[in-house]
Amino acid sequence: MEFIRPDININFVGMRMKAMIFSGLLIFLGLAAIVARGGLNMGVDFAGGTLIQVKFSERTTPNAIRDALKDLGIGKSAIQRVGTATDNEFIIRSDISEEKAKRVSDDVQSRLDQVFGPGKATILRVEMVGPKVGQDLRQKALLAIYYALLFIALYISGRFELKWGTSGVMAAVLLLGVNLLGLTGLSMTYLIIGALMITLVLCWVLKLSYALGALVALIHDVFITVGVFALLNKEFDLTIVAALLTIVGYSLNDTIIVYDRIRENRRASRKVDFKALVNRSINQTLSRTLLTSSTTLFVVFFLFVLGGNVIHDFAFALLIGILIGTYSSIFVASPLLILYQDMSGSGRKTSVHRPA
Amino acid sequence: MKGLKWRAVLVALVLGASIVYLLPSLPVSLPRWWHGVLPNDKIHLGLDLQGGMHLVLEVQAEEAVKTTLDRLSDEIKVLLRKEKVGFRAIERTQDGHVAVQLADASHRDRLRALMDKEFPILEWMQASETPEGFRVLCRVKEKDAEHIRQLAVRQALETIRNRIDQFGVSEPDIRPQGKNRILVQLPGIKDPQRALELIGKTAVLEFKLVAEGVDPHADPTTLPAGVKVYPMRRVDTNTGRTVEGKVALKDRTLLTGEYITNANVRIDSQYNTPYVALEFDPQGARIFERITGENVKKQLAIVLDGVVYSAPVIQERISGGRASITGSFTMEEARDLAIVLRAGALPAPVVILEERTVGPSLGADSIRKGFLSMLVGAVVVVLFMILYYRLSGVVADVALLLNVLLILAGLAAFQATLTLPGIAGIILTIGMAVDANVLIFERIREEMRLGKTPKAALDAGYARATLTILDANITTLIAALVMFQFGTGPVKGFAVTLSIGIVASLFTAIVVTRLLFDYLFIEKRMRTLSI
Repeated sequence: MEFIRPDININFVGMRMKAMIFSGLLIFLGLAAIVARGGLNMGVDFAGGTLIQVKFSERTTPNAIRDALKDLGIGKSAIQRVGTATDNEFIIRSDISEEKAKRVSDDVQSRLDQVFGPGKATILRVEMVGPKVGQDLRQKALLAIYYALLFIALYISGRFELKWGTSGVMAAVLLLGVNLLGLTGLSMTYLIIGALMITLVLCWVLKLSYALGALVALIHDVFITVGVFALLNKEFDLTIVAALLTIVGYSLNDTIIVYDRIRENRRASRKVDFKALVNRSINQTLSRTLLTSSTTLFVVFFLFVLGGNVIHDFAFALLIGILIGTYSSIFVASPLLILYQDMSGSGRKTSVHRPA
Repeated sequence: MKGLKWRAVLVALVLGASIVYLLPSLPVSLPRWWHGVLPNDKIHLGLDLQGGMHLVLEVQAEEAVKTTLDRLSDEIKVLLRKEKVGFRAIERTQDGHVAVQLADASHRDRLRALMDKEFPILEWMQASETPEGFRVLCRVKEKDAEHIRQLAVRQALETIRNRIDQFGVSEPDIRPQGKNRILVQLPGIKDPQRALELIGKTAVLEFKLVAEGVDPHADPTTLPAGVKVYPMRRVDTNTGRTVEGKVALKDRTLLTGEYITNANVRIDSQYNTPYVALEFDPQGARIFERITGENVKKQLAIVLDGVVYSAPVIQERISGGRASITGSFTMEEARDLAIVLRAGALPAPVVILEERTVGPSLGADSIRKGFLSMLVGAVVVVLFMILYYRLSGVVADVALLLNVLLILAGLAAFQATLTLPGIAGIILTIGMAVDANVLIFERIREEMRLGKTPKAALDAGYARATLTILDANITTLIAALVMFQFGTGPVKGFAVTLSIGIVASLFTAIVVTRLLFDYLFIEKRMRTLSI
């Protein structure tokens, strides 16, 4: 069986401007959503606070629970039904994080017992994160994303362009740059944005075009996924960071397979127009890209539908990420190589026969 | 072909080893001889799957320094009285100094000499003439303060470990984290509230005299010097409920819990209520005998963490080093109180920085849902592969199933913890594991279109795809390793299964499927390739 005919030749490269506009629009929407909402909807992992998941033995509504907990100072939007209506499960969020041995969950339990009757409400899960730990976790999460991107950039430039020396120089400059930035006492978020900027500029200056393309595609995918979370006002917590890192790995997987083919084709014929070569490479790997994406999407989709509410948002992030990652490896990562060549004007020998 | 045989042996070995590692996790009873020689470890389930409690505590180590300063203040008083140096007041200030107030500066040098000799741990900070006389501020030297803090964290760890051991949790995990944090994991705990109280109780036991003739409800500013009001737990004999009262106590602590050698729950035969019986060591027994002897007919209050539990009237001198704490305990409370008294006081209070509790029902539910989605996803992928690649799809499916087996065995072998995100990692690997085979198969199809024979196409396909597969997987592995390094909790659990999954899928997709194809071509003399 075949979905994609072997002689397929879609002009993906020709669509790169449209793709750029589309990507730009998605990123802009995400950024706008983040700005409009005054930042991401941080879960208890990062913002600190308490999350309590309660199961009721009888049917009830968020409003009834809200009334019961009125005096505890738990905000308006903080009670959310999870699972199906017959599950009678709710998640109660509170920004209170008691660092003393006294617990918010006990107050909640005793209040619910009072109003609904003892034994009617069972606490399934409690997550309390104090502000100090929340900050730690946030820093670690950012560091994880940053280091993942850095090591990946190093690996690609070393492995793909056989510039291990250059990539070593890049690592050294980058570490130095980050340490210098660190001296300014900026917050971790800005540090990482700064470090990413340095990485991109370095890739540009050192002519590490594959690493540049792959990194831009990765940042593109992470940004859009985060943007979707901001648009839907979904909660951003530690598991979502795990999902983002997986997306990084997955999207890269995809990108590298196309890049590998570009390199191989380039070795075979040095005189071909670079644009046509890139386009042919994308088409040659298209079948694989779509097959793998669909098998992965199948399983993630079932995880999303059947996995239960604890894993729901995580699966959602993966779902978005895999879609965007597949799109970006076709429409973003490879055309970026062309864009780099056009803009840097390095005039490699492969692009002599430029079509009009 | 010789290579074929060796590869078959290798695959068989890996398969055998993974079954050996997996068997203990399966609900089968293993023969007795197994336990002596072969691996026994089950796959470790994370707290999110089996239910339980995860706590990060911070030891308020600075409080231990303050306690030391309190003790030193008392010792300085004793010293100065002995050396006949008159003083107005000696106290610990809020910001962690000892302030010595002398009548005037005439004893300045004498004080300094005495202090340097007797209390080398203190350093002289500042001395100044004040309207009330002469005031000296001292503090604990930074090096010693650091030592006190470290000791406090170590002792807190030890004490909490003792308490939890006596509480009876199977497989607790208690370890230091960072400089002054303690990570506590209690799998399968049924009553998190009780565990939390047990862990969090500072358990400082003090014996103080009740200040006679002082009204505890009076305006606090009118209290005589050296008297403070404490909350008191009392049982209302009519309703049987605990009520909070107040009682005024003299400030001076006569005896503390540090001399306790044993604490047990007993039942009062008269009222049939539980109480906690204490035993002191010889030194504690002597002190107790002295204070009871000196204070007959007075009320001696027993204070735990700043709350008075009982204040019995001393009838006579008590020798033998035994005392008891009566009060309104349930059996459980009395038992927990005995545990904390036996395990000793925390050298400094702890605060809870992070708490994650998962009820056992939610954990079981997560496992069920996780495995269901894994099963459904796997079945769909398996069917799809057969549909799309026919016989080659079957080969890929064999590799896929082996892959899942290897991941689970890897989890058992490395004693990694399987968490809910970990299950998600396996599910994702199922989706991605076929990727390597898809790459190879697509390549083989390309080569066949170029007119190569099946065997030549197979060889070329594997040769060309292998490097690509390695590149693609190594980058994902980098992301997974970074996640493992920097991740906490769920991120780490996910990173572990993802890493094992990547390595396993490299093995199954490249080595195992190739072996199957070679077997078909060489041993079975297959002529065509169904792909």
